[in-house]
Amino acid sequence: MSQTLLERKYQAVIGIECHVELKTATKMFCGCANEFGGEPNTKVCPVCLGMPGSLPVANGVAIEHVIRSGLAFGAQIPAFSKFDRKNYFYPDMPKDYQISQYDMPLTLGGEVKFWREDGTMNACRLVRIHLEEDTGKSTHAGSGDGRIAGSAYSLVDFNRAGVPLMECVSEPEIYGAQDAVAYLEALRRTLLALGVSDVKMEEGSLRCDANVSIRPVGSSELGTKTEIKNMNSFRSVHRAIESEIARQIEIVESGGRIVQETRGWDEVNGVTHSMRSKELAHDYRYFPDPDLVPMEIVPETVEKIRASLPELPWKRFERYTAEYGLEPKQATQLIDNVPLAEYFERVVTASNHPQQAKNFVLGELSRLANETQTPVAESKVSPEHLAELIVLVEGKSINSKIAKELLARMWEGAGSPKSIVQAEGLAQTSDPAAIEKFVDDVIAANEKVVADYKAGKTNVGGFLVGQVMKASRGKADPALVNELLRRKLG
Amino acid sequence: MSTEIVERSAAQIAREVNGGSLSAREAAGAALAQIDRVESRVGAFLTPLHGDARAQADLVDARVRAGERLPLAGVSLAVKDNMCLTGTRTTCGSKILERWIAPYTATAVQRLVNAGAIVVGKANMDEFAMGSSCENSALGVTRNPYDLDRVPGGSSGGSAAAVGAYEAAIALGSDTGGSIREPGAFCNLIGFKPTYGRVSRYGLIAFASSLDQIGPLTRTVEDAALVYDAIAGHDPMDSTSIDRPVEPTANGLLESLSGLKIGIVRQFDTRELGDDIDEVYDRAYHDLEALGAELHDVSLPTADYGLATYYLIAPAECSSNLARFDGVRYGLRVEAQDVQAMYEQTRAAGFGPEVKRRILIGTYALSSGYYDAYYVRAQKARTLVARDFEKAFEDVDLIACPAASSPAFAFNAKSDPYSMYMMDYYTIPMSLAGLPALSVPCGWVTPPGGTRPLPMGLQLCAPIFSEKLLLGAAHAYERATQHALKHKPQVSEV
Repeated sequence: MSQTLLERKYQAVIGIECHVELKTATKMFCGCANEFGGEPNTKVCPVCLGMPGSLPVANGVAIEHVIRSGLAFGAQIPAFSKFDRKNYFYPDMPKDYQISQYDMPLTLGGEVKFWREDGTMNACRLVRIHLEEDTGKSTHAGSGDGRIAGSAYSLVDFNRAGVPLMECVSEPEIYGAQDAVAYLEALRRTLLALGVSDVKMEEGSLRCDANVSIRPVGSSELGTKTEIKNMNSFRSVHRAIESEIARQIEIVESGGRIVQETRGWDEVNGVTHSMRSKELAHDYRYFPDPDLVPMEIVPETVEKIRASLPELPWKRFERYTAEYGLEPKQATQLIDNVPLAEYFERVVTASNHPQQAKNFVLGELSRLANETQTPVAESKVSPEHLAELIVLVEGKSINSKIAKELLARMWEGAGSPKSIVQAEGLAQTSDPAAIEKFVDDVIAANEKVVADYKAGKTNVGGFLVGQVMKASRGKADPALVNELLRRKLG
Repeated sequence: MSTEIVERSAAQIAREVNGGSLSAREAAGAALAQIDRVESRVGAFLTPLHGDARAQADLVDARVRAGERLPLAGVSLAVKDNMCLTGTRTTCGSKILERWIAPYTATAVQRLVNAGAIVVGKANMDEFAMGSSCENSALGVTRNPYDLDRVPGGSSGGSAAAVGAYEAAIALGSDTGGSIREPGAFCNLIGFKPTYGRVSRYGLIAFASSLDQIGPLTRTVEDAALVYDAIAGHDPMDSTSIDRPVEPTANGLLESLSGLKIGIVRQFDTRELGDDIDEVYDRAYHDLEALGAELHDVSLPTADYGLATYYLIAPAECSSNLARFDGVRYGLRVEAQDVQAMYEQTRAAGFGPEVKRRILIGTYALSSGYYDAYYVRAQKARTLVARDFEKAFEDVDLIACPAASSPAFAFNAKSDPYSMYMMDYYTIPMSLAGLPALSVPCGWVTPPGGTRPLPMGLQLCAPIFSEKLLLGAAHAYERATQHALKHKPQVSEV
């Protein structure tokens, strides 16, 4: 059987655990700056280093961020929550336990709505979102491949230790690599819209593990799963899941059994490899952290956070596609660039022409932005001026050619399009008498071309239109020009 | 005369230093001289701090000269070695931290320094505060100043011995299951454990976080009140420290107990402790009555489960709290082939037998198969113990009982762990309930085979946040009975 046919015989079932570093001024349990990078071990204090005698004090903003995220996904916010200790030894974990949450997370349930490329909306439920602290980072030196085995020594940077980390655990309700990526993108853009994280995979502020299993199509039982770690881009998530599904199908097809284990993703060779068997799973000995008092989440706080939620990306997607008639791809493109989307919205509001707004924002304006390496939202073209331009075009005060030129000048800082048009008399000419004069002049000056046209070479008509436009300095209404030329040459 | 200075109470020294009739340098100098004189016999300190103390004393003198009035001006202070002090080694009585220099100062210590106290040394202790005799220190032997052949009590034994031997006017100890009250009783002192959460634990190296509490060891109740007033109160660095105003206690010490109802615990039958001891407590209860208190029987039916409950919760928390001592970042490291072996060998070499025992008990009690049977049940039992007290305090203002079942015992007398654990029988229930409790000298007993009279402690316990009442009543009792003054420590004789 071919690969495709085999994949029709099996269904992949995927659950995703996402770790998201929260954007806060300070770390989860101390006053150290929560910033990416820096000289190793410069953003540390006795608390985040787990020095003897130090005590954690929970960061209220981080707690609010988690509640905010939960509310955005429609989760329940229990009235009580607490921090627990997850006990295990690891060199880059200062206290040799991680302060996390076990049986009373900050949020329960909810769902992430995501859409496919064709615009169809999907959803995957969440089990929970909980809050914990990040660990430090180990660098193993002298082994060549950066692994601990064979390394001469290891270096630990604790700058990241204690950074607030939110874990979003999904139900196993994602049925393919494509959907897994769509889910992650939806999660990512929602968290970005909420302002709770930078969600940068390359900086490790968004990290995900995928639990993958397969089952015969039609079955409702879950197969044995493997957990894939070390994926550092959405592309590797896609490739890793595809590769793991193929591996599992191959094993089952050849009569083997899937072993529950943790697998790493080898970006270079495009395969997953066994890291450790789940059968030797740790006993984390969770228990309530006695250094932190249980949290009571008062309904007023929850309602206040709920009231401050922005429009969510999936809602915005529906609005852009349904109300504004944008293509799914264009809508996504806008939503994924929050400042651009906000810019676009302001243009729509001021001009009331969503289609033109989209054309200008994603077309000419984005082109200028790319050329000059200046984001649209930071350019000298204000959304209100662009809206003015659109109104001029729509009202046939100027034609699209002039509009393009105007936009280029506005980009340079020329200001309001109306004022430029007025100052330079660029308004479109729709006066038939004036246009007729241009047409007559062009006909007179281009005898040969006119003769060709009359002889049946109608494709030279474009040239004549161009000449009239040029003579009018672009101001002539092209429709009128066409009509007049046709009449006079016909 | 320096001997005279060291025997003065902290309150008196502070009055004199603030008044200008004594300098902090003289007061600290007297304590340092006493350390030089008796320390070789007592062994209260792991790290004496002569130089630092003199520099600190000069600062205090300068502050007083500048017009500041400091409640503990010039008062010499011994700090149990599980509290951090910047730039000073803080060992927890353990080989694993033998050379560790603390990079910051514990809040309670800082507050005393701010109040004018002078740290004269870091005091010996049972390793990681686990023990009831101070014999579990991996770094030194501390002797009871009242009988050098006996233990000072634990785990704050060094702190108690330092004050008992006049090497410091006051000391900070930490009490998890009785570790201030019991050595206080053994060394003829006030050993005071405030309400859990009243004093910041920031900078106190944790044994069992939900039970640990810093408190004073002093020679008078007034001194205990002065220390308490200086260290109590919310600390933003400790989220378990209670954010609620502290009522000063030093100005509310009582002269009589009239109108107070004091409960005598029916389950704590002192006749089981031997005739001499029974007589001491019988007398103590009568004295309370003579001072105007009304005595009532109260019942703590779950008190008997206290010990078992404590020996699940405390080890469970310690197994986690002590995980950080792994050789990776600080302290002892035994070099080995790989990181796992390094952990194992470091911890094998660094921890003493009692610490290992408790880590193992705690690891077991928290493990997935046993968590519900042990840890969860212990937490439930803890709630029941607290409820017993709540119920008792519906009828009485205070509860009185022994602080320990015997006076100080000889070295190596309690060879099996269980008999050592039993030493905390009377102090553990209050710890589980988070209540304020203290030990105040209440009489002397010469034990069989002993040659010298040894002090006994009466334990008084109050509802949470009732420190003012507790210290007030203890003061009235102390003033009326004057038991502490009846005998001098053995070290004073030579």
